[in-house]
Amino acid sequence: MWGIMKHKLGARGLSTPVFGDYMQRLRPIASAIRFRPYSSATKQMTVRDALNSALDEEMAADSDVFIMGEEVGEYQGAYKISKGLLDKYGPDRVVDTPITEAGFTGIGVGAAYHGLKPVIEFMTFNFAMQAIDHIINSAAKTNYMSAGKINVPIVFRGPNGPAAGVGAQHSQCYGAWYGSVPGLKVLVPYSSEDARGLLKAAIRDPDPVVFLENELLYGESFPVSAEALDSSFSLPIGKAKIEREGKDVTITAFSKMVGYALKAAEILEKDGINAEVINLRSIRPLDRATINASVRKTNRLVTVEEGFSQHGVGAEVCATVVEDSFGYLDAPVERIAGADVPTPYAANLERLAFPQIEDVVRAAKRACFRSVPMAANA
Amino acid sequence: MASSCFSKSKTIIMRNLKSKNFFMLGFINHTYSITNLQFPRHLLHTISSPPLPVSNYASSSPYNYSIAFSRCFASVYGGRRLNTATSVRNSVDQLSTEAPLQQDLDFPGGRVKFTPKPVFTSSSTEERTPCYRVLNDNGQPILDGDSVKISKELAVKMYTNMVTLQVMDTIFYEAQRQGRISFYLTTIGEEAINIASAAALNYNDFVFPQYREPGVLLWRGFTLQDFADQCFGNKNDNGKGRQMPIHYGSRKHNYFTVASTVGTQIPHAVGAAYSLKMEKQDACTVTYFGDGGSSTGDFHAALNFAAVMEVPVIFFCRNNGWAISTPINDQLRSDGIVVRGKAYGVPSIRVDGNDALAIYSAVHKARKMAIEEQTPVLIEALTYRAGHHSTSDDSTKYRPVDEIERWRGDQNPLKRFRKWIETKGWWSDEAESEHRNGIRKQLSQAIQAAERVEKPPISDIFNDVYDIPSKNLTEQEAFLRRTIQKHAQDYPSNVPM
Repeated sequence: MWGIMKHKLGARGLSTPVFGDYMQRLRPIASAIRFRPYSSATKQMTVRDALNSALDEEMAADSDVFIMGEEVGEYQGAYKISKGLLDKYGPDRVVDTPITEAGFTGIGVGAAYHGLKPVIEFMTFNFAMQAIDHIINSAAKTNYMSAGKINVPIVFRGPNGPAAGVGAQHSQCYGAWYGSVPGLKVLVPYSSEDARGLLKAAIRDPDPVVFLENELLYGESFPVSAEALDSSFSLPIGKAKIEREGKDVTITAFSKMVGYALKAAEILEKDGINAEVINLRSIRPLDRATINASVRKTNRLVTVEEGFSQHGVGAEVCATVVEDSFGYLDAPVERIAGADVPTPYAANLERLAFPQIEDVVRAAKRACFRSVPMAANA
Repeated sequence: MASSCFSKSKTIIMRNLKSKNFFMLGFINHTYSITNLQFPRHLLHTISSPPLPVSNYASSSPYNYSIAFSRCFASVYGGRRLNTATSVRNSVDQLSTEAPLQQDLDFPGGRVKFTPKPVFTSSSTEERTPCYRVLNDNGQPILDGDSVKISKELAVKMYTNMVTLQVMDTIFYEAQRQGRISFYLTTIGEEAINIASAAALNYNDFVFPQYREPGVLLWRGFTLQDFADQCFGNKNDNGKGRQMPIHYGSRKHNYFTVASTVGTQIPHAVGAAYSLKMEKQDACTVTYFGDGGSSTGDFHAALNFAAVMEVPVIFFCRNNGWAISTPINDQLRSDGIVVRGKAYGVPSIRVDGNDALAIYSAVHKARKMAIEEQTPVLIEALTYRAGHHSTSDDSTKYRPVDEIERWRGDQNPLKRFRKWIETKGWWSDEAESEHRNGIRKQLSQAIQAAERVEKPPISDIFNDVYDIPSKNLTEQEAFLRRTIQKHAQDYPSNVPM
């Protein structure tokens, strides 16, 4: 908002009165892109390149956007997401920081208060716990506490959830934590198109956005349409995507688990079960409408996530469906989640601590036939 | 052989010391090394500018050679500032033919001299950083002082605002005791800090307060009615009744909304200063915090970062001796907060927080430095929290009543400043009572009015969470309205729909 204020009003900066809603309406609405039937020359793009190109284009379009984090500059990004950006935009807009998540998050929030649009990178969201006071108390709540006078157009992004063999303090999923905070928007891209569209939307959004990526997805390639490659492309925040249509059971998932759910759906197809896979894309706001419409169609629900089950995203999806579509459920909701343990390191143990494709398949079968007894609950 | 080298180098040292352009090597004798290791405290601030003339801040003769050493110390920082490195290198070359032992070590971060004696810097200092003041206890200017001259108009405006702040605090505190507002927090004893610092800033310098700085907002034009409306949380409240009393904020006055979190405003100020730097604005940010706030992780990260990023921010620490019931000696063991600035490479000054003119001058100079040199500056104002921490506190439980009385009485900042303006003929007893009565009247009217105004409407529960309300919020609001209509008896009647 302040970025636009400055451009309209010149160098008078903060001493100008707030024009509030009037100005906000003039901002390009990110969700205006409607899907037109383009003939898509299916180009393949890795999630890494998708994120990098999205950052590049948004920084080129708006000089208030800048990146801050550890290793984002000279090192080209801990996961090379910000590759080439330091050379292109200079150290003022790609800022390497000392090791203090609390420090650089607080500083980023302060810059956002004043009108810049920071994209704060956490090397993983595990480290963001050091900064969570700033994310929640200084960013999420400020627009409300300041009675709408100070908005915080900031994006917090980085890898979330388990990678491979990185142990307990590098593997936690924070979707449920941030998803419970009013004032935040929480996005969870899966494919490259998701990554591009949602990151662009996040950067343009006047509210604070937590953008949870996945380290193992960075190197994965997905087809992207010509429309998605356009620099004005963005996806609406708060809309889930139906990755695969089906009529027998709804499987909701986000991030890497979408891939697992799709593979599980292929296996289920062979057994005559037609699964509908929903890619949540947005944990907050949660697309309750799409989830419920799907369950009203299929009458069965399986939720999949890598995070811990208690108070998890699946719990919220389940509650949503029970509240809105109880009469439509033909089976109890199946919740597939990570084991309730700090992540072990040994590869065999780690594999057992997180959902695998077979777990999703078995859960869907239980929801459909209830032929296999459900696991005992504590 | 060794001893002759030793004595030769000693002569060289002594000769060069007289010419005042040579660094005192630590290993010559033990006493020298201790001295050397102690003086960094008085020395250089930051690498981003030429050394300040430290004489303003140094106390007395033992450290006069600090100016000379400051040039040499610049080389320690290597990297960006190499202009003084050559002077050291020349001196070293001069020596190398005679005493090959003396060389710089070249580590990342710059060149350092080495010493073969494992001497630790002392944890406590014999002499603390001196405190800048302009007026003595009797309100008379100290001879040979150096301060910014202020006009009669400005001086009277400063004094009247200090009185207004004091009266406002007393009356709102009483209102809380009477149960009319739920909470209040006074600034008693720190009126000079509030008003004088605000007076030295421009209105476009963005302020990030802790919570004991409403005087800055008062100076900038927040009215007594505005203060009252926030404390009562009514529908005229600038903050839409969202926060507890004293959590004032005003975008119009460039005063960031008070948050309850301690110390979080410090890195925010740095980030906002970064934004100012990018925009090349002729403004700085100012952030206030207490001695307690300087213990937070945020303080350290912010100072460190600000020095690295070279941003125009003034860190103003109100060292009032108490963090609720924690006295300063349980809070820290360094020489107050001023020395921490030097640890991070931030120019710093200690100021008498009860001396309005000293604060005015210090902030005035700090602002100029921050903007012109694009550097952070740290100001530690020594003062006393003469009131309780808040209305939830009774400080007589943990500190002696006579100590509180002393600071409220003779030592209070209004008394000293009043003596000065009266000596100048700018103020009188009549003016004092007229002003005080006027403010008291205004305040009681403001409070009565604020009490009568409606509370904010229901829609203010749900807006501003996001820029545009999310679907679930709109649904929740609709649900709440339906429920209130259906079960009106379960809901308060004074909340406008």
